Amino acid sequence: VFVRGLKRKCFDGEEDIEGTLAGIKAIPSYTLQRQSLLDMSLVKLQLCHMLVEPNLCRSVLIANTVRQIQEEMTQDGTWQMINTQSTGQASLDRLVSTDILCRSSRDQAEGKHVPAYGTFNKDFEGDQAQDGSETMATASSVQTPRNLQSNVWEMENAQENKGNFQKSLDQIFETLENKSPNSVEDLFSEVDNSYYDLDTMLTGMMSNTKMGHCDSLETFSSPTNTASNSNCKSDLNDLDHIVEILVES
Amino acid sequence: FLAGFGSLMQDVLWCFSQVKGTIDTGVTESDIISTVEFNHTGELLATGDKGGRVVIFQREQESKNQPHRRGEYNVYSTFQSHEPEFDYLKSLEIEEKINKIRWLPQQNAAYFLLSTNDKTVKLWKVSERDKRPEGYNLKDEDGRLRDPSMITVLRVPVLRPMDLMVEATPRRVFANAHTYHINSISVNSDYETYMSADDLRINLWNFEITNQSFNIVDIKPANMEELTEVITAAEFHPHHCNTFVYSSSKGTIRLCDMRTAALCDRHAKFFEEPEDPSNRSFFSEIISSISDVKFSHSGRYIMTRDYLTVKVWDLNMENRPIETYQVHDYLRSKLCSLYENDCIFDKFECVWNGSDSVIMTGSYNNFFRMFDRNTKRDVTLEASRENSKPRAILKPRKVCVGGKRRKDEISVDSLDFSKKILHTAWHPSENIIAVAATNNLYIFQDKVN
Repeated sequence: VFVRGLKRKCFDGEEDIEGTLAGIKAIPSYTLQRQSLLDMSLVKLQLCHMLVEPNLCRSVLIANTVRQIQEEMTQDGTWQMINTQSTGQASLDRLVSTDILCRSSRDQAEGKHVPAYGTFNKDFEGDQAQDGSETMATASSVQTPRNLQSNVWEMENAQENKGNFQKSLDQIFETLENKSPNSVEDLFSEVDNSYYDLDTMLTGMMSNTKMGHCDSLETFSSPTNTASNSNCKSDLNDLDHIVEILVES
Repeated sequence: FLAGFGSLMQDVLWCFSQVKGTIDTGVTESDIISTVEFNHTGELLATGDKGGRVVIFQREQESKNQPHRRGEYNVYSTFQSHEPEFDYLKSLEIEEKINKIRWLPQQNAAYFLLSTNDKTVKLWKVSERDKRPEGYNLKDEDGRLRDPSMITVLRVPVLRPMDLMVEATPRRVFANAHTYHINSISVNSDYETYMSADDLRINLWNFEITNQSFNIVDIKPANMEELTEVITAAEFHPHHCNTFVYSSSKGTIRLCDMRTAALCDRHAKFFEEPEDPSNRSFFSEIISSISDVKFSHSGRYIMTRDYLTVKVWDLNMENRPIETYQVHDYLRSKLCSLYENDCIFDKFECVWNGSDSVIMTGSYNNFFRMFDRNTKRDVTLEASRENSKPRAILKPRKVCVGGKRRKDEISVDSLDFSKKILHTAWHPSENIIAVAATNNLYIFQDKVN
């Protein structure tokens, strides 16, 4: 669908783009570029799974960027539509030049509002009329990503807010044996809070008390999504995958 | 007007003095310098690297025979400060990389410094030994024990001169207090306490006590899903031991007074510049994230570094900085590429000169920039082997933004983003600067007349 679907850097993008007259199609629209930035950000969050603990500042900034894009796309109403076109998994192959995104909003206001976006809008409205249930799906797909997104931090650090070292270890081992995805919740359900207030204190093992849930969760199979042709499910697929990888780290 | 050394940019010509490190084209990761710091007199210059080592250089005494040498820095001590560790609970490595070194003011013959990696702060004592005792009764000169029954005469050991030996010993280890990665340490002006800051918390330590610290700032939300902001840097006020500042990833600075409450979650002052709505983009927040904050020597100002600018704030004015300097604004149109290759997350530091009249920070392509606050002049210089002839004057560099490129200029697209100057240091009283370029340490001085 993209005339030039290859990743193009901003450095060499400008001259090419402006030189091509016939290539109106060759200029990725703001919407597509925004999608590309979203995809890039999601890939970056996935790549946070490293041997060394990921840089929290970087992760927070990328997550905030993802949230910004999601919010804007939600307001545009394009959140749903974009994902009908997506093939599911974010991949670097689909990244397009995000040249327009580099410009400030002032520049954008002056220039180039997006013909393709206008088309999207019309189609979307058309679909809306036809299929009321689509709206519900849209709403939930918007909600769920946000929850999953935020669940990233929750799951990564839930153990900090909950208690007993020995008890949690037992639960982890229990969960490992069960190997059921739902056990993730069981893992965090019953522990008490008092212990983790001590994580600002300093002796021995109390401080390094983020549990090895990365280990335990690695053995979980990824949450299965059944109806993969459903729009919101494909979207959920992406974010589930990310949550899983982030929690692993 | 003449306000002392370094205040008029056109009068200061920077010359190459020394470079430390190998010339090999392949850089060993562990040799990458991660922090640079002069001590309070400028006699010593410490570097830390990714391999956990600390190298201390000492300035040689100036000799009347060689006035042009102006006191070169030579290796004084090298030691392994931190080792790689493995956190078994999280199945993650703890890097040995030295994030920061801070010197304590000298109070006796020994030198003390704090060095930290992501998790553990250590107090090191660096001392000289130039005498050793000789003439023990119970052991001979080689150290072998003598048979007591063979001793017929007793003698008193005497101290005899020996070749100078510099020893570094860890005197304190401050561990297990940080769940997140330590980004800053700062010695208090009382010289009895210091603080260590990680992404979400700041702890106050007493130098004598290693098994306890006070948590003075905690921005960790009760619900981690609400986390949107982290602490990026922190520093004590140079004179007021109750005051410190910390910066955030949202471009804000908070000044706190420890006298008001045990937990300084409420700031006494909040510094933030209103966003320019016409400049807003998806990258606005990322480039506003502050990577370094430094008090001026006078204690009246703070300087902050974000991705594209350096700002000077007056402590008495919270709503905007009094000065803003563009470091490399030509990168503004490249932010998406810099986001893609992660360069947008590079953390540049900034430093004041001794009189607070000039500020310096690094950039890409081994460029670093200086801004004279009085004359408003700025200069771009480069740390490179090509300019490394002794006492060679550094030629100002210029980045060409568009259109025609002049002969000596370099175009934005030709910049090498792998050559970044993140760490620099300025001698406390003289025009001597240390610039870390990956695995090399450059020392520049102003031209001696």
